[in-house]
Amino acid sequence: MERRVLTVAENRIVAARTHRLVLEGGGLPTVAPGQFVQLEVEGFYLRRPISVCDCSEDSITLIYKEVGEGTRSLASLAEGSCADLLLPLGTGYRLPLKPESVLLVGGGLGAAPLHLLCKALKEAGCSMRVVLGFNTAADIVLRDEYKALGVEPEIVTLDGSEGAKGLVTDLLSCCPSMDSSSACKQEGLSQEGSGAKAERFYTCGPLPMMRAVCGMLTIPGQASLEERMGCGAGFCYGCTIHTASGPARVCADGPVFDKEDIIWQ
Amino acid sequence: MAIDISTSICGVRLANPVIPASGTFGFGLELAGSLGLDRLGGISLKGTTLEPRFGNPTPRIAECRGGLLNSVGLQNPGVEALVSEKVPALRKVYGGCVIANLSGFSLEEYERCAGIADGCEGIDLLEINVSCPNVHGGGLAFGTDPANAAAVTAAVKAVTHKPVIVKLSPNVTDIVSIARACEDAGADGLTLVNTFLGMRIDITRRRPVLANRMGGFSGPAIFPVALRMVHQVSKACSVPVIGCGGISRAEDVVEMAMAGASAVQVGSENLRNPFVCIEIIDRLPALLEELGASSFKEIIGCV
Ligand SMILES: Cc1cc2nc3c(=O)[nH]c(=O)nc-3n(C[C@H](O)[C@H](O)[C@H](O)COP(=O)(O)OP(=O)(O)OC[C@H]3O[C@@H](n4cnc5c(N)ncnc54)[C@H](O)[C@@H]3O)c2cc1C
Ligand SMILES: Cc1cc2nc3c(=O)[nH]c(=O)nc-3n(C[C@H](O)[C@H](O)[C@H](O)COP(=O)(O)O)c2cc1C
Ligand code: FES
Repeated sequence: MERRVLTVAENRIVAARTHRLVLEGGGLPTVAPGQFVQLEVEGFYLRRPISVCDCSEDSITLIYKEVGEGTRSLASLAEGSCADLLLPLGTGYRLPLKPESVLLVGGGLGAAPLHLLCKALKEAGCSMRVVLGFNTAADIVLRDEYKALGVEPEIVTLDGSEGAKGLVTDLLSCCPSMDSSSACKQEGLSQEGSGAKAERFYTCGPLPMMRAVCGMLTIPGQASLEERMGCGAGFCYGCTIHTASGPARVCADGPVFDKEDIIWQ
Repeated sequence: MAIDISTSICGVRLANPVIPASGTFGFGLELAGSLGLDRLGGISLKGTTLEPRFGNPTPRIAECRGGLLNSVGLQNPGVEALVSEKVPALRKVYGGCVIANLSGFSLEEYERCAGIADGCEGIDLLEINVSCPNVHGGGLAFGTDPANAAAVTAAVKAVTHKPVIVKLSPNVTDIVSIARACEDAGADGLTLVNTFLGMRIDITRRRPVLANRMGGFSGPAIFPVALRMVHQVSKACSVPVIGCGGISRAEDVVEMAMAGASAVQVGSENLRNPFVCIEIIDRLPALLEELGASSFKEIIGCV
């Protein structure tokens, strides 16, 4: 973990109450998919944990939603100003050891960490199916960024304002074992990679969504959890949850956990 | 001339007066990969009990202006794991003063816990937490009553040869009477202070932010109260006092020392900035020089 002060290169609205924050600085540490940063917000005592959506040696991209006082205040961070962050934090997604056919299921801003994962999986030679769920069309983020990686995300919205209407699980249930079921093809939902049976899945999003996804898929999978954090770096024991393998700190032992380890409340 | 920032507490020499406070720095090892632990004057380890504990349900951290509240509730692997795993592992990378912070829910538990910690070579000092406000039916009662605080002190002293520091709760009307009772019962030093009992409510959900409803309040906002207590107690007692509460910069360390603290503990600020202790240590010599002091020890209790 390092503490870095970076320059705000971009901080603008990309969807409803949702901003893209691009921070720049030299020689940034490597961030693995699923890892996050702890971002200082002026006027607030604790930092805010935000997943890394994209990164390179000299820039880091975060997508955040205005949900409370801290994130609202972040929205007024001017371009050219400084941002103080701790990174990289947490244990991210475990990539397959060899190229596999994988399924990514995101809900809302869960699409953000999955984007960095998608990039890494692509480099690792994996084929992918990406399913992203949003409440409504105005909430959709990162579609073009996924496309730029050569993946056409399947979009589903709760109100049907764009893509299929319903929940991500509706799209998954049309191909229960994640093979190339004709149902998918008929609905035009077949994607790169869905020709092969998915061997592994990764998910990030609202808890009920992840619980449903983990419950219905029989292949190995990992989900990224959220918890209120103090330090975000594993030493205050503020974020501990029960898992099948004992107490675990979401910020250090997670946020990504194997689905078998998660005890859903 | 280089300014000497070393100090000593209960006969143990510290290269500098800065110690991360219990519960805000894990068992030290969690941060070994990120910062130079060896720079730290001492480390007060995460509060440990006789048996392993999960602690309270989450959310167990809440924010407030000028600080935070925690209801971690003493999550720890138990004293056996402390002495057989945590301390030996820390000792491989840390040569400074190691302080074991111990809690209990009965006199007997304090006694047994301290007895086991006594046998651990890597531990320099025992810090007895009589003040954790998080645990029902236990901690709070000991630290809020002079007779109970003295009883714990005496019980622990009887089972250990290591110096015993009692860490006091600020949630009392008369801190001096508790401090005196502990000193009379044999305490070799005192840490002041632990967290203040507090609460936050989520106004949109109309319910407490912390799952445990209440929690310990700490951070910069408590600094003046902690400082006042350090001042009162260091004037009334002759054992060394470790100042703790709201310290976030070198200036605060100097203020605590002037109030009577022989060393300090930095708590919540580690959660905001894990590098703060190192930054304070880096700044301290120049600050003392600016203030016309020739050593850290010289300013202890000067006010
Ligand atoms: C590992 C991890 C990754 C995350 N990644 C993202 C991301 O990529 N984009 C994004 O928009 N949000 C993300 N979040 C959620 C984000 O941290 C919260 O939305 C944010 O902290 C809210 O702050 P606030 O001051 O606006 O809200 P308030 O409710 O006013 O915050 C009060 C306190 O509660 C904490 N808090 C509130 N909501 C959450 C939450 N859901 N999780 C953890 N702490 C919370 C805050 O940090 C703060 O300490 C992530 C959370 C975690 C744990
Ligand atoms: C997350 C957290 C956990 C803590 N755990 C302990 C503990 O286990 N034992 C203890 O004696 N004090 C514990 N404390 C209290 C601190 O050691 C310190 O006394 C208090 O926070 C005041 O200092 P500060 O204002 O610098 O944080 C804890 C504090 C925090 C914030
Ligand atoms: S937030 Fe401090 S240990 Fe996870």
